[in-house]
Amino acid sequence: MPQEEDEVVRKRQRDRAKVTAILLGLFVMLMFAITIAKMTINQ
Amino acid sequence: MSSVPLQHDQRLPAEWRDLLALTKPRVMSLVVFTGLCGLLAAPVPVHPVLGFTAVLCIALGAGAAGALNQWYEVDLDAKMKRTANRPLPAGRMSRQTALHFGVGLGVFSVILMDLATNHLAAAVLAISILFYVLVYTVWLKRRTAQNIVIGGAAGAFPPLIGWAAVTGDVTILPILLFAIIFLWTPPHFWALSLFVRTDYANAGVPMLPVVAGIESTRRHILLYTFPMVAAAIAPWPLGLTGWIYGAASLVLNAIFLVLAFAVFANKATEAKQMGPEKRLFAFSIFYLFGLFAALVVDRWVI
Repeated sequence: MPQEEDEVVRKRQRDRAKVTAILLGLFVMLMFAITIAKMTINQ
Repeated sequence: MSSVPLQHDQRLPAEWRDLLALTKPRVMSLVVFTGLCGLLAAPVPVHPVLGFTAVLCIALGAGAAGALNQWYEVDLDAKMKRTANRPLPAGRMSRQTALHFGVGLGVFSVILMDLATNHLAAAVLAISILFYVLVYTVWLKRRTAQNIVIGGAAGAFPPLIGWAAVTGDVTILPILLFAIIFLWTPPHFWALSLFVRTDYANAGVPMLPVVAGIESTRRHILLYTFPMVAAAIAPWPLGLTGWIYGAASLVLNAIFLVLAFAVFANKATEAKQMGPEKRLFAFSIFYLFGLFAALVVDRWVI
């Protein structure tokens, strides 16, 4: 694979990894908030 | 034969922006809005976190349906000017990526909806995704000029899902909200298909103007407007909403009827002369936003 193409692939992989990390972090926070909300309702 | 590249370089991973574009964010805004209005119009309050999650799931479900629609229709999209630059026909993404993304997003949205709200809302969300992908995209769209009539049901589910997420049941009002969007879809899309009909004809999609002609389509737009108007006004005389919704629906429906008559009276065959069709299409989007906004204002003000 030419170096330029390799750089494009790695940049896209880095960008996707960052977006995935952010989304996973938000998902964890959302699941935490849902759990608290359900506990509040049940009380 | 299209000059658009359909082959994707398998070594290149898709950009996250293209994955986002696969979910049709512009279409999603209307879906999210009507889903949110269904949720807010429900007679019982909802916990803000669970309400937010329900709307998020509706958005993700719509995104999944959009992604699977583009996965299946890549050949059609490549032939139409309006859609040729989408990630798949433009060759910026492999079909397998779109399929995995669409299925994953759809399954995730249904499971999250079930966890956060209830089984009924999750079931209706699953049905709406499957309906859009299997009934509309795979079965009807390429086979019949009535594709948009039955397929319109897929876009009508969000207020029903929003309502079910809060109450756990389905009553007359959410069914009427479903009926409004279901009956609104044909005039909305037929107005669009009149001034982009050459695109549909080139792609071989049997939209009504391509199969039945322009005059017949204009007649159909007017004919479908009447039951839509009846469904849109009905919540008020039935006592399901107050005077704010009643007044807003009367005004919005009167304008819609006037514009539908203008389309019916238009004799032009060239897209450039289809001012009434373009006005009806633009107004129909405002109409749906206005009607559902009035429903929420009515519910929260009175």
